[in-house]
Amino acid sequence: MAIDQALDGLDRLELEPEPPRAERGRLARRAWAAAWPKLLAVALVLAIWELVTLSGWKHYVLKGPGPVFSDLWGQMQHAQLWSTIGVTLRTAAVGYAAALVIGSVVGMLVARIPPLRAAVGSIITGLQSMPSVAWAPFAIVLFGENTAAIMFVVILGAAPSIANGLITGVDYTPPLLLRVGQTMGLRGVARYRFLILPASLPAYVAGLKQGWAFAWRSLMAAELFVSIIGQVSIGQLLNVDQQNLDFAGVSSTIIVILVIGIVVDTLFTKADQSIRRRRGLLQAGAGG
Amino acid sequence: MSLTNHRAITPGPGDNPGTVPRDAVRPAGGRQPAVRLTGVSKRYGSGPSAVLALDRVSLTVGQGEFVCLIGASGCGKSTLLSLVAGLDAPSAGEVAVGGRRVAMMFQEPGLMPWLTVTGNVELALRARGVPRAQRRQRTEDLLRMVRLAGFAQRRPHELSGGMRQRVALARALAHDADVLLMDEPFGALDAMTRDLLHDELDRICEEQALTVLFVTHNVREAVRLGDRVIVLSSRPGRVIEQYRVPADGPREINSPQNARLAGAITERLREEMGRHGH
Repeated sequence: MAIDQALDGLDRLELEPEPPRAERGRLARRAWAAAWPKLLAVALVLAIWELVTLSGWKHYVLKGPGPVFSDLWGQMQHAQLWSTIGVTLRTAAVGYAAALVIGSVVGMLVARIPPLRAAVGSIITGLQSMPSVAWAPFAIVLFGENTAAIMFVVILGAAPSIANGLITGVDYTPPLLLRVGQTMGLRGVARYRFLILPASLPAYVAGLKQGWAFAWRSLMAAELFVSIIGQVSIGQLLNVDQQNLDFAGVSSTIIVILVIGIVVDTLFTKADQSIRRRRGLLQAGAGG
Repeated sequence: MSLTNHRAITPGPGDNPGTVPRDAVRPAGGRQPAVRLTGVSKRYGSGPSAVLALDRVSLTVGQGEFVCLIGASGCGKSTLLSLVAGLDAPSAGEVAVGGRRVAMMFQEPGLMPWLTVTGNVELALRARGVPRAQRRQRTEDLLRMVRLAGFAQRRPHELSGGMRQRVALARALAHDADVLLMDEPFGALDAMTRDLLHDELDRICEEQALTVLFVTHNVREAVRLGDRVIVLSSRPGRVIEQYRVPADGPREINSPQNARLAGAITERLREEMGRHGH
């Protein structure tokens, strides 16, 4: 028996068989399997909500799903809601982008320069665990009641998580890969570009995801705090509805906030899963 | 070709400068030396807690020779390879490779999990500054050489252990090295895969005229692959014995000749280990 034939046979035996291509029926079944727990959870929440409303508990504040969704539907017909969402999402995008740049640069510097790490490493972790809305009063004094103040709070919310994600990724680069890079002659910038940064990617994306969650909640808190004349944000919409005793409006705004948070988080989860799957860190079919 | 020293280090305190290394080991007749270690010591740490990993090791590997290093734990085999690879500097003595390119393989394949098989091999070419146009072709050739041409677009986690180690071999060959250092490369593989890879490695070393320094725990593997088997003592590592494998013997791991030689080497190793017992 020739070696190549034996080796070829062994290769094929050792590999897992290719998963059969998903047919249409199977695809539908998989979609259903992923969807039903979520649908069930939503139905449960709605049922409990409806029951609480029917019990009449604080009925002047608590509106049932019916009135709230019809209010939401009504608002969705008007440009006001969309421009409000636009204002908030623009602040979120710019603030998050700034946090991304600042967090990445700081993270890279701290990971590379040991004295800097000793100096600010624990400060970053401290900032990360601090609710960044605590900076809001300070930001208002510093920047006045405007978007810059909100942006400041958002950046302080997101940047530490992003920096920490990158630092963790660099720290956890497997030593064997570093040795391999050394024998290959990867040095300086090439070492970072082809070895350390790609190896850090999963932890970095985890940091980005956590950074988004912090950015979003900081943004909501800051918008409640900072009212900018002539510009209605989601947080301000909440304030206005509350002052007008429009509790169906408050409830539908809360739903808007929840949905935006979930949608963006799902995008990060998808990115995270595709990275993990490509590296064999996730079993095929795992996760939703 | 003349040997140029790529590093010369003065002996540290405690060594006896000027003593003739007592265990200079030379290659089989008439080969050009490719790797030469002269009185090489390696000490880790300093003061009373210092550990002497290698003690005045002298050893020459001839051009195209396949030398296996064998020894119990703590014989400094991996340290020795690191010194030859230039990953570390000796505390005393000198290591000369005459400007040859040195590539290294480890027990774990150490493939980049984010790159495909092709990407992993190409990375080594890119690190050497091979232009893009040539990289693709060279990668294809290398993958064909390790019989993985059909798996070019797979990722490491989709391969078996033996296949990953072959990708690592292709990547090491992409260094275009003259000297290949292998640190127990087949240690984590099952016996059947390992036997097949022995044949493959034999063929590739022949084709590429590689000089190989191969570290292993497996005596039969050493006899199967090596032109010479060098036995190191433990703590500190010294060359205590060398065996020449008859060139005309069958290259078959279970042949009676191999088994006999392996038996003799095992006996010598046990004797050495017994020295550390009570």
